[in-house]
Amino acid sequence: MKTAWKELTRKPGRFLTAGGALTLIVVLILLLGGLLDGLYLGTTRALEAQSADVFVYSKDANDSFFRSRVDAATRADVAAVDGVESASGLSVVQLPAHVPGLAEPVDTAMFGYEAANTRVPAPPPTGQAFVDRSLQGDGIQVGQTLGFGPARTPVKVVGFVDGTTFSLQGAVWMDPETWNGVVRENVPTATLAPGASQAVLVTPEQGVHPAELVAAIDERVPAVTALTKQDAILGIPGVKDQKSVFTAIIWVTFVVAGLVVALFFALLTLERVPLFGMLKAIGASSRTLAAGLSLQAVLIAIGAFVVGGLITFGIAAVIPAAIPLDLEARRAVYTALGLVVTALIGSAISFRRVVRIDPATAVGGS
Amino acid sequence: MPALELQDVRKTYGSGDTEVVALDHASLAVDGDEMVALIGPSGSGKTTLLSIAGGLLAPTQGSVRVGPHEISGYDRGQLTKFRREFVGFVFQGANLVPFLTAKENLLVVADLAGNKGKAADQRATALLEELGLGHRVGNLPGQLSGGERQRVAIGRALMNEPELVLFDEPTSALDSKLGEQVMELIRNEVKGRGTAAVVVTHDTRMTHYADRVVEISDGRLAA
Repeated sequence: MKTAWKELTRKPGRFLTAGGALTLIVVLILLLGGLLDGLYLGTTRALEAQSADVFVYSKDANDSFFRSRVDAATRADVAAVDGVESASGLSVVQLPAHVPGLAEPVDTAMFGYEAANTRVPAPPPTGQAFVDRSLQGDGIQVGQTLGFGPARTPVKVVGFVDGTTFSLQGAVWMDPETWNGVVRENVPTATLAPGASQAVLVTPEQGVHPAELVAAIDERVPAVTALTKQDAILGIPGVKDQKSVFTAIIWVTFVVAGLVVALFFALLTLERVPLFGMLKAIGASSRTLAAGLSLQAVLIAIGAFVVGGLITFGIAAVIPAAIPLDLEARRAVYTALGLVVTALIGSAISFRRVVRIDPATAVGGS
Repeated sequence: MPALELQDVRKTYGSGDTEVVALDHASLAVDGDEMVALIGPSGSGKTTLLSIAGGLLAPTQGSVRVGPHEISGYDRGQLTKFRREFVGFVFQGANLVPFLTAKENLLVVADLAGNKGKAADQRATALLEELGLGHRVGNLPGQLSGGERQRVAIGRALMNEPELVLFDEPTSALDSKLGEQVMELIRNEVKGRGTAAVVVTHDTRMTHYADRVVEISDGRLAA
């Protein structure tokens, strides 16, 4: 192992090709992952922010938040199911907001909500709204009165909230009455009856598992479909497809990384047959040599991850803000672990060759 | 008890009509402080005999004993451990690890045997000083002359105080003068330690350093 480490540190040029290739692969994986997370979180953050664990839609909506309409009576039925601690309404509509002093309106996702969630406080008074901080970049400021939709219905901005985007648009949070007023003036067909909402967000009582409550609501209230929060998020149009396509690309890239390591170490092992033969002759076991190979592969992978990570941060710093790139620590950790495992598997391809090296080849000639 | 004892050793490759006999009923005993030169033409079986004596090859038939160790029945793992602990090798052209310094080349052997720490470090330094390489401990093989590299290889072979040291053409890459110096050094080192040595060479000018010369031809040792 010590010998393998010294080879790596004293002959770094020998490993430069593999290290360089792996570094580029790391950049690719991190950027793809960052784009996936950017798209996913940009689309789902507003729902992720909800404290409730169960989302309830009307049955005829086919799991679509946009199509769902739950009336006041049905909502009362849901709230009466055993295990429900609280139920509150949530509705959304996508409308442009006209900003004072700006020629072009800004696209927003306008939420009507009843209860505070993890990122948004309780609704402000009627006629006022909190807006997502991402909209600050579009020129929106606290104290402004925005004009929503073609009717330019006025709503005053009273504060910013963080991390509440929806469908890659900044969210605007207001009470149901204000929300319904804006909708009535701009999209009359989407207006909700008093007490109705698109979704009902349900918080289970302590000790009740969300999945159990989903089953109980489905059984007790035939007019609705209950979903766990995660299922509701995956039900947003495009989210599941984005996730599966990007995940497939990332997996394929990991496989390519494994092949790069395997090919490189196969060639390097071939090149080092005389050295390994001599080391075996003086008493090195195949296991010791194989462990050295694995150590080198893992260290190259870690080095590639560090350099690739820095390059990715550099790219993230210069790309336009409009590109939804989100570098999450969780994904970086998974990428590092995945790369180490891939490097171990890739280097293991050469173990058989190492075992077959005959120590007698060290003694040559006659 | 001899340091090395081969009894009726045969080594063949292939079988039936294609059988090649590399070593044919060879018997040889080398005493504890004896230095034996093994000479013979190319293809005579010198390397095969050296490899079998050092546990690099298993004989097809016969007994191989190094000190108290009867190694002819050893499996691959046992042979690896045996080579690590009881035999020293000096290969043609030194065959050092190119990216390790002179001292580290010696410490590789100690490291493999699990002898780490200060004692091994001190022994490596002492050996290199004894071999006239005290000023070269931190040099890589590429920075050493052919003679110096061969001396490092001798130090490596002696590092774990083996009972038997096997030399494979130790002077083949050196000119006559350097070859003489290396052979003299080998003799001094093995004699000074009471270690048995077998030196395979085709250079008959070097054989006078050995206590005994054994000839091999067509896999058979001369009587």
